Amino acid sequence: MKHIDLFTPVDLISTDRGRDIDFHGRNPSVDEVWQLLELVPDPEIPVVSVVDLGIVRDVRDMKSGWEVDITPTYSGCPATDFIASEVERALDRAGLEAKIKTVLAPAWSSTWITAKGRQAMLESNIVPPVHDLNTLACPNCGSDQVNLKNQFGSTACKALYTCHTCLEPFDYFKTI
Amino acid sequence: MTALTQINSNHDALNTYILRMADNNLVLGQRLCEWCANAPILEEETALMNTSLDLFGQARNWLNYAVDRDASLQDCDAVTMLRDERSYLNMLICEQPNGNFADTMARHYLFDVWHRLTLEVLCNSANETVAAIAAKSILEVRYHEQRTRNWVIRLGDGTEVSHQRMQTALDDIWTYVGEMFTQDEAELSLVAQGVAPDQQTIASQWRDIVSATLAEATLTMPEDGYSQMGGKQGEHTEGLGIMLAEMQSLYRAHPGAVW
Repeated sequence: MKHIDLFTPVDLISTDRGRDIDFHGRNPSVDEVWQLLELVPDPEIPVVSVVDLGIVRDVRDMKSGWEVDITPTYSGCPATDFIASEVERALDRAGLEAKIKTVLAPAWSSTWITAKGRQAMLESNIVPPVHDLNTLACPNCGSDQVNLKNQFGSTACKALYTCHTCLEPFDYFKTI
Repeated sequence: MTALTQINSNHDALNTYILRMADNNLVLGQRLCEWCANAPILEEETALMNTSLDLFGQARNWLNYAVDRDASLQDCDAVTMLRDERSYLNMLICEQPNGNFADTMARHYLFDVWHRLTLEVLCNSANETVAAIAAKSILEVRYHEQRTRNWVIRLGDGTEVSHQRMQTALDDIWTYVGEMFTQDEAELSLVAQGVAPDQQTIASQWRDIVSATLAEATLTMPEDGYSQMGGKQGEHTEGLGIMLAEMQSLYRAHPGAVW
């Protein structure tokens, strides 16, 4: 089992499937549980954690266990159930009992993606949500000569673009 | 293993309304799935399947609420897979066969505008759960509407052949438009309580939006003639039974089957 220092910032890599934190039998603080969840990658975009994607809404210490609220990005997102079980498993591995609640209101918005999450997306050639589509630039070469190929990309939350300058296709994480 | 028991078909007004919303999505979503491996281009296939996924996800939210309110509906899968045609409460427009791509887009666009306008009002429903499900759905449905609207314009104001096919598609589907704006007693009681929107208001907004799009697409808005109705009360056109037979066969052969 790999233990990591809680307070060392870690970048998620695509092979991560949640790392382990041992609280050595003590009940952690709410902040520490948030930090633990920051190590749980989104299954579709593994460089971004479920916290940075804005899926984890609330963490509560219920004294007899923990309660975590998660919200789906899209109603039909096939990863929602998997994310719930990954969150539950992450807490379980840390020796914490957890109940996962799926909440619909308020509806998830792409503005909930954190700055860290946006940066991680960009670094893996996914353009994070923008307010004005005219400002959309190729993550590969920075050119603004880009063209929408398809309003839906590899997942429901992304659209597919191509760049006319470097000819690379790329994903755009849609604004909702 | 779940037993193949009959699903309750006597619903209160709210569950009737919830099931109608769910069934519209389920049935249209299933129709879109029939394009899988048949779509004209790969990108379009991805889009159709993703739209379908959104519709199924929204249907699941509605169905979970219906099941919460009435335990005799068992669960989300059972209520989808064990109800017969006559217990499905979707509008007829949603179950019409795919036809060609213009038929699919015409059907979908006319429904999308209705769906978006209805959800917009439902976001402020007196019922909090209804409002939450609507607020979640509308973000996705706005995007669907943008896409189908683009296609209606592109095909309408396209080549001679695409224009003619889109016009025929509109003429053919128009007989199912009227049902979207009908309301029975169950629905009117929810309108009075501020739970559901009044479809008469939505009808005029719908007309304005659709006629503007059709004008941009150089298409002629069909004349209102005879309206085919009954879907919301469980009386369906021929295609639905065949579609459900295919959709439900696996679950009925293996009750309780999950992915």
